[in-house]
Amino acid sequence: MKTKTPKRSRASQNGRLAETDGHAASRWNLRLYVAGQTPRSMTAFQNLKNICEEYLKGEYHIEVIDLMENPTLARGDQILAVPTLVRKLPHPIRKIIGDLSNTERVLVGLDIQPR
Amino acid sequence: MSKTNRRNRPTNVEGLQKERTGIPGFDEITGGGVPAGRPTLVCGSAGAGKTLFAMEFLVRGATLFNEPGVFMSFEETNDELATNVASLGFDLKQLIADKKLIVDHVFIERSEIEETGEYDLEGLFLRLGYAIDQIGAKRVVLDTLEALFSALPNEAIIRAELRRLFRWLKQKGVTAVITCERGNGTLTRYGLEEYVADCVILLDNRIENQISTRRMRIIKYRGTSHGTNEYPFFIDNEGFSVLPITSLGLNHKAPTQRLSTGNGRLDTMLGGKGFYRGSSILVSGTAGTGKSTIAAHFVDAACKRGERALFFAFEESQDQIIRNMRSVGVDLEPYVTRGLLKFHNARPSNFGLEVHLALMHKIVSDFQPNVVVVDPVTNFLVVGDLTDTKSMLTRLIDFLKLQQITAMFTSLTNSVTDVEDSEVGVSSLMDAWILVKNIESNGERNRGLYVLKARGIGHSNQVREFRLTNHGMELIDAYVGSEGVVMGSARAAQAAYEAAAAIEREEARRRKQRELQRKQELYEAQLVALRGEYESERDQLIKELEEDQKRESMVASQRLEMARLRHADIAVDIEENGARKGRKGTQR
Repeated sequence: MKTKTPKRSRASQNGRLAETDGHAASRWNLRLYVAGQTPRSMTAFQNLKNICEEYLKGEYHIEVIDLMENPTLARGDQILAVPTLVRKLPHPIRKIIGDLSNTERVLVGLDIQPR
Repeated sequence: MSKTNRRNRPTNVEGLQKERTGIPGFDEITGGGVPAGRPTLVCGSAGAGKTLFAMEFLVRGATLFNEPGVFMSFEETNDELATNVASLGFDLKQLIADKKLIVDHVFIERSEIEETGEYDLEGLFLRLGYAIDQIGAKRVVLDTLEALFSALPNEAIIRAELRRLFRWLKQKGVTAVITCERGNGTLTRYGLEEYVADCVILLDNRIENQISTRRMRIIKYRGTSHGTNEYPFFIDNEGFSVLPITSLGLNHKAPTQRLSTGNGRLDTMLGGKGFYRGSSILVSGTAGTGKSTIAAHFVDAACKRGERALFFAFEESQDQIIRNMRSVGVDLEPYVTRGLLKFHNARPSNFGLEVHLALMHKIVSDFQPNVVVVDPVTNFLVVGDLTDTKSMLTRLIDFLKLQQITAMFTSLTNSVTDVEDSEVGVSSLMDAWILVKNIESNGERNRGLYVLKARGIGHSNQVREFRLTNHGMELIDAYVGSEGVVMGSARAAQAAYEAAAAIEREEARRRKQRELQRKQELYEAQLVALRGEYESERDQLIKELEEDQKRESMVASQRLEMARLRHADIAVDIEENGARKGRKGTQR
């Protein structure tokens, strides 16, 4: 599956944020699946961005996939619930569902040791 | 079947649209299938056949009604599914390639998932929606949706989302089949029947007497009447079959055509023409009396006429029957090769009664025979009690009668004393009953055959001796004497005795004939002798008479001479002697 650049204005802004850390050498490859620009997906992206900035600065790459636009991509990562955050790298794949409002659970889910 | 249809037709017209599943029998008991555009819940315990039902719903939809379908599997992978249903003749890969079917395996690994805050199942909706739109699916299957409950931690969210899902499916206008695991004391483990309330179907696999029977029941079907019974179904190499076999009442046709029993003598006993077509014939008798052989002759005769025959054997294998029947001069094998004869061999204990019935129903429907043999019906008592067996046989007989199939049932009689008992209590349902029994006398057993009843056929009341020879069965007149029926060697002895007596009678007749001849000859000889004697006597007498006449005329002439000499009155003398011929002549 090819890397998906977010299309909507807000999403491209997010994408830009993701790209600032450079995807070539990112240790953390994260993919956020959302369904449309709902408040919940906004919250989820904001929460994710905050967590990454705080704990994984310079080491992450976020890719946002809107299933509304690309429903075929739901099959690949077996997405049922949205928002779902998939940790593609480092292995193994982990999935975190929900709006990522519980930071501790996200850290546990991503297996990030709080500094 | 037809009754259900008739009852449901007005309902269909009024509004509730039904979607035919294409599963044999199911559409009949539901009066047209599952509710169109609505979800149907199929619940059952593990191994009840839920997935297969759902898959067949899609495959039949795609192949028979050209309605594409989406199969969303939460349990089995695409490959697993394809392999599993390949044994039923469903080519999933081809259907997928033809864009008639989409199989989507939803796999959720609980251990991979962390829940952080609020979410919904829009991903599932989008995925399903996309699949539906992709091929324009009319049918959707969600195979064990309850897997969601174990995959995702928040039950409240799942319940809310499922409610939304069913609403969404209805809006989409797809006919959905949702399978659910049966819960402990409830229909489904997570109470999904609360959400899907339009049609609920329960599949069951029950074990009775160590024999499992699959049954189906429609628990609920909103807005329509439906069969409420438990219907047996089975899964064979052609998929799912539900068979709503009920007694169809007594309105079957009664053909007047007759068909041979396969034995000329037996035909003669049955009014010279054999059985009526479409009648049911019971052949009962104790062990080893030749019931199966009679059945084999019947089949042989049918195949010779070019008709199709179906042999349900519950005791012997096909090869065994063919071998054994060859020993009495009936070769069934060529008919099997030509496809005229089909055997169905099964142990009664393989299935429950209902499944046997359903299976026979199916085979008969597929093969379309003219003649059916069930050998023997009494073996069904192994799997069911008397009432069940009788009920099952009644339905079988009714079914066959309706198809105008002539059926021969053999029945093993165990009781030696009361042979006129058909054991399974079906004799009253039969149109003709042939009884074969062993008659023991003079230290040997012989078979006797008689027609106990034959409805509508003037039949012989005689017991015939029934012999199995290497060129078929033979019926021979039995001698009835003071000691009862004489058979076997006693009959042979009797026959020899009678032959001797006949020879003696012939001798006596010839003797009498010779006597008559002699008498005639004697009489004729005497006649000749007498005639000779008579002729010689006659000649003598004629001679004497001539001499007398000569003498007389001489005397008369002398007297005339004398009278002339004496001048006597001649007239007086003539008058006195007028009557005398001799004198008359002399007068001239």
